[in-house]
Amino acid sequence: MFTRFLSLEWKAFFRSASLGKSLGLRILMFFLALYFSAVFLFFGVGLYPLLQEFFPGEDPLQLVNSFVLFWLVLELGLRFMLQTLPVMDIKPLMLLPIPRRKVVNFVLIKSLYSFYNFLPLFIIIPFGLFNIYKNEYSVSSILGWMVAMIALSLCVNYSNFIIKKRFTDNLKALIPVILFIVVLAALEYFQVFEISFYFGRLLDFVLVTPYLAVIPVILLVILYKWNQHNLEGEFYLDAGLKQKKASNDTRDFEWTRKFGGIAPFLQLDLKLIWRNKRPKTTIYMSLLLLGYGLFFYPNDIYQGMPWFYVFVGIFITGIFMINFGQFVPSWDASYYPMIMSQNIPMKQYLASKAGLISFSVVVLAVLSTPYIYFGWNILLINMVCALYNIGVNVPILLYAGSFNKKRIDLDKSPFMNYQGTGATQWLVSLPLMALPVLIYWLTDKFLGMETALGLLSALGVAGLLLRPLLLNGIAKRYQERKYAMINGFKETTE
Amino acid sequence: MITATNITKVYNGIKVLDIEHLDIPAGQNFGLVGNNGAGKTTFFSLLLDLIQPTTGNIFNHEITVSQNEEWKSFTSSFIDESFLIGYLTPEEYFYFVGELRNRNKADVDGLLAEFEDFFHGEILGRKKYLRDLSKGNQKKVGIVAALIGDPRVVILDEPFANLDPTTQIRLKKIIRERAATNTTSFLISSHDLIHVTEVCERIVVLDKGEVVKDIETSEATLKELEDYFSGEHKLHQPENI
Repeated sequence: MFTRFLSLEWKAFFRSASLGKSLGLRILMFFLALYFSAVFLFFGVGLYPLLQEFFPGEDPLQLVNSFVLFWLVLELGLRFMLQTLPVMDIKPLMLLPIPRRKVVNFVLIKSLYSFYNFLPLFIIIPFGLFNIYKNEYSVSSILGWMVAMIALSLCVNYSNFIIKKRFTDNLKALIPVILFIVVLAALEYFQVFEISFYFGRLLDFVLVTPYLAVIPVILLVILYKWNQHNLEGEFYLDAGLKQKKASNDTRDFEWTRKFGGIAPFLQLDLKLIWRNKRPKTTIYMSLLLLGYGLFFYPNDIYQGMPWFYVFVGIFITGIFMINFGQFVPSWDASYYPMIMSQNIPMKQYLASKAGLISFSVVVLAVLSTPYIYFGWNILLINMVCALYNIGVNVPILLYAGSFNKKRIDLDKSPFMNYQGTGATQWLVSLPLMALPVLIYWLTDKFLGMETALGLLSALGVAGLLLRPLLLNGIAKRYQERKYAMINGFKETTE
Repeated sequence: MITATNITKVYNGIKVLDIEHLDIPAGQNFGLVGNNGAGKTTFFSLLLDLIQPTTGNIFNHEITVSQNEEWKSFTSSFIDESFLIGYLTPEEYFYFVGELRNRNKADVDGLLAEFEDFFHGEILGRKKYLRDLSKGNQKKVGIVAALIGDPRVVILDEPFANLDPTTQIRLKKIIRERAATNTTSFLISSHDLIHVTEVCERIVVLDKGEVVKDIETSEATLKELEDYFSGEHKLHQPENI
């Protein structure tokens, strides 16, 4: 039965419509995985000698033990955000004579092959071997320790499942858990109750009596059984359904009326952003990344190279522009045929997108004004960058959008979600960021900062004045690409 | 008046649609029937300029649909769920479509009032997003939205499928009434021969992309269609030769 499931998975992967298209992305992911494996392996091999050098006189293994809890919590956090749960399309299997338990076991065991489970091995095994080689502990002690560590790391894998199943739809319920962790971390920090130390002591016991490694293994089995129980309970068609909300947000954004012809589209876009998970997250991301400047402004290194501030300025005033704009018109993919057969002039559709993005740039520029704390020039650069974004980058992004033909499902989580991402997205970020930096750098070098800023502003103003003309050209381009887009948006990718 | 001339659509070397000439006079209710893969949806998609014809042209009231967008102002359609905006409530969707067709809220409300029966209390005022409605209710929303703004041409792909019997009967009534009072012409495809003969004045049968029958609806039409689709027409063919 297992091999049969495996062959199903194999076919699902290789026959998926998006296989060829996302090959570039897969290659990138592969290299990333390779990179991380190398880093972890390097760390695992080097850990013992490094600890010996920096903490002479202390036992490296005990030192490591006292950090294990810290590592496990971090791993859980990372997995929660990055690791996707292994899913299987169980609907077609429900009616077939296959025991539930088999399907559930397959899903759970499949998750063991996740890359995230291999990473800790790159540290645990070399470090363990090093300890055996150094002969400070008996072989059986170290073997016990390794078993315990691997079991703990897999426990994290299955705990992540339980947490994800329970909390992804209800992130607020997670707050008490996070508070609990924060309290423990605070107690640890102020050395009131050092839980990681005690946890380390527990692991030290394993070294003394290797049989104790059974305990994490038992814990692992319990977590596995718990997951099994949970999943079996969900083996129904309606298990995945959420309780439908009695009433939804029906705000109308009446104030958009002021904008005349583009008002209906503006309203639609605002509703799109407000009511769907993925676009909504772009807003939170933008607000979060406003703080990006804090990394650079206080740092003296960048004082000597103001062109870098142009990069930061373009980034923080344009982060929503980049995140949202690069997927125009994929956001409307699920109803693009309707947009195309309704009485909608392409230019107005684009003008509304441009208006929305420009508005976001203004808002972010206003929100970035507190950076004046780091000097007038920073405020000035940010404002100029905002102007440049509105005038030049908005049309560039909309033009690049005409190459988009990948669908986006609005309600999928945006973390590690590459749906809708293609070569366009990688290519367009170059002219968006590099071009203004280059312009600034060159003019600043030969003509001075005032001229450089003046030039960027002039380009921005020129872009704004020419916008109706530019939109005409872009609209024509969208018309030409219409059939390719409609066709591309129909394909559902995973 | 819709005219298709020499229209063909080829996918990977296979001709899925091949219509030499087809006229649909203004105001005529036109039914399109045929088995799966006969080219019904392809024809409608070409009519809406959602795909490009391999050869030929379609004219909608003298406008070449693939070259000029003017036809959009008097043509409306509901093909499938991709014509609905999932994150809007039905009311918002109706108002949005209304705005695109130059109808204000009051106009739309007036129209919706006529469809209270049709909606059966399951659509309006529920504050549910379209994506959370059942397939049948989504279809109702799509069909009614296609009637906003007094379009001269209404294109409905399989409007009866997925609807409950009561709604099917109501929908037939709506189509007949609208066709009688307005100069609206409905273009309907269906697998249900009874429904389509009841509401359409003319029925065209497609088979593998070609027009094989073009019938003015009469008492005998249903029988003729049933004979055709049950395969009995083949038995009669030798006699004709």
